[in-house]
Amino acid sequence: MIKHLLSAADLDAQHATLVLDTAAELANVSSREVKKLPTLRGRTVVNLFYEDSTRTRISFEAAAKRLSADVINFSAKGSSVSKGESLKDTALTLQAMGADAVVVRHPASGAPHRLASWVDGSVVNAGDGTHEHPTQALLDAYTMRSRLGRVAGLHVAIVGDVLHSRVARSNVLLLTTLGAKVTVIGPPTLIPVDVGPALSPDLRVSYDLDAVLPDVDVVMMLRVQRERMNDSFFPSTREYARRYGLDAARMRRLPEHAIVMHPGPMVRGMEITPEVADSARSTIVEQVANGVSVRMAVLYLLLGGK
Amino acid sequence: MSSTTYLVKGVSVVGAEPTDLLVRDGVVLEAGASAQNAQVIDADGLVALPGLVDLHTHLREPGREDAETVESGSRAAALGGYTAVCAMANTSPVADTAGVVEQVWRLGREAGLVDVQPIGAVTVGLAGQHLAELGAMATSAAKVRIFSDDGHCVSDPRLMRRALEYVKAFDGVIAQHAEEPRLTEGAQMHEGEISARLGLTGWPAVAEEAIIARDALLAGHVGARLHVCHVSTAGSVDVLRQAKAAGVRVTAEVTPHHLLLTDERASSYDPVFKVNPPLRTQKDVAALRAALAEGLIDIVATDHAPHAMEDKECEWAYARPGMLGLETALSIVLDVLGPDWPLIADRMSRTPARIAGLTDHGHLPAAGAPATFTLVDPAARWQVDPTASASRSRNTPYAGMTLPGRVVATFLRGEPTVLDGKAVK
Repeated sequence: MIKHLLSAADLDAQHATLVLDTAAELANVSSREVKKLPTLRGRTVVNLFYEDSTRTRISFEAAAKRLSADVINFSAKGSSVSKGESLKDTALTLQAMGADAVVVRHPASGAPHRLASWVDGSVVNAGDGTHEHPTQALLDAYTMRSRLGRVAGLHVAIVGDVLHSRVARSNVLLLTTLGAKVTVIGPPTLIPVDVGPALSPDLRVSYDLDAVLPDVDVVMMLRVQRERMNDSFFPSTREYARRYGLDAARMRRLPEHAIVMHPGPMVRGMEITPEVADSARSTIVEQVANGVSVRMAVLYLLLGGK
Repeated sequence: MSSTTYLVKGVSVVGAEPTDLLVRDGVVLEAGASAQNAQVIDADGLVALPGLVDLHTHLREPGREDAETVESGSRAAALGGYTAVCAMANTSPVADTAGVVEQVWRLGREAGLVDVQPIGAVTVGLAGQHLAELGAMATSAAKVRIFSDDGHCVSDPRLMRRALEYVKAFDGVIAQHAEEPRLTEGAQMHEGEISARLGLTGWPAVAEEAIIARDALLAGHVGARLHVCHVSTAGSVDVLRQAKAAGVRVTAEVTPHHLLLTDERASSYDPVFKVNPPLRTQKDVAALRAALAEGLIDIVATDHAPHAMEDKECEWAYARPGMLGLETALSIVLDVLGPDWPLIADRMSRTPARIAGLTDHGHLPAAGAPATFTLVDPAARWQVDPTASASRSRNTPYAGMTLPGRVVATFLRGEPTVLDGKAVK
């Protein structure tokens, strides 16, 4: 197994499948009365969060605790970091404490790469700037597999602010590795220049959501921040919702079996309407539950559990 | 003036047949002059170049003496074969008054390793609002002729026009950092395939090209001299070609790092590769090399930009842009252009001296000329070790690379500043 999980591209198809298979086994633990395995007893996992993210932090914390690891939560606020400590000095501190794994969330793209060069333990990227969020992609793939039985051969549409989305980058990389067909959709202003050659030669790009919907198995909606309209990425939230939002009428264009995903947090009324978010096609709550299993699998495999 | 006489034996002046150079009282003497008591320098196999001239150096003093001082930067320059450097104005305080440029000029004289020619800011505090007192800097002891807000673009077209016009009165030149700021807000690296993958905000080539095109038209309109700093894109080369064909008085520089490295380097997220303008693509590198050889790009300038450790050992987005360059420039140009010594002498000494108006520099070491030259061992190969740099900073992007060509000695007006590859002071 690899040492760090910094990018979804660190996983080849075999390793990615191993993570998903392991997650499926570990999911059984979560349904037991005693939700704990002794696997990582005596190992230390540090959650190093430079951004508020209750959802992801709790998910990693639950995953580590279910494997009996000691968990240290290190949040940037109210810590030495807010007093101006550098990432490197923080890394050396964690190193001195004997962290076996550091789970890092950071507003700067590439911060986990830097961290990995300064600590001996494993580094797990829990979201870095506008770069990647590989465990989100793994839990999304896991969710697709549990709902639709496979990932290979699926057509997945990723819709919205691809330019600023770490979820989109990781998903494109992982899903194409696993043999899915991926189309990114959004206004041209929110699709990165050269995104195709950058992420995957097979990636498709479309600016027309309605044209693609009848052909997809999965539609993944990305969060779109209202503030983007102040930078002229699109004229107004109303126009954005009209052209790229998923509402009930659009949902009816999907094939019968297709599912609707969202990494959260959602902006209801912007990229997704409440009736879509709460529909039977929606996997949004499942994604959260699957997140714990997938993160257990990642920690288990990175830390060499047996 | 030196009282010591030096006899440089068997040196090849810019690739010509080996000859002897006799140096005394700051000049190269006629062949056949008495070499009695001369200190002999065995230059067998060495090539003599006119002392290199860097049009674009950040010496950081005053303000960031932890990153570089005029003295430490001068030493790095001499070791790199330079005899003159033009010190950029983005110090703290900014070199936007006669007082600050005179201070830098005086510090350079005290260090005595290279001629330090201060560049003055175009606008007060580099703020892009009001013209600095360009005339006062021009008539100061520092005799400033190059003005630049480098680090910032003079983006206001009306202000740029005025600056170009105003400095005509004393044959000044505006050295523009070509970057349309509205197109590069938050930019971290070249916009393209790699930035899309790394999730770093892109710095599009057009932000540079659009400003060069605008400024070339303005310079043509008012009949002024324009110099373009650190050209980095293939598109900029096309714009320069058109401007020169139209007779605009425009010159341009390229840095060694833009001639060698590409945006692929950012994949490590190591900010030692973060620079402004950013490293571009292989296609741009190829176009820049061809333009330098052809003369569309007139000179090589280092954009030597020392930074303290804490400003580089951090997250990419939080790091300051810039790289060291003085000690590696000649080796990289040699690597890129090959041993075409007359071409190297032109691009790294003669033409930059002409643009900067440094009349003591840029001359081949021949009888009657100032003894301001550097001796290079073209056969030597050396590995770049950041800790061995004379700079106070360590942010070289070439760490561990093996480069051709080593500076053995440098002479400034007959005085050695470097002998046996070591600075004399």
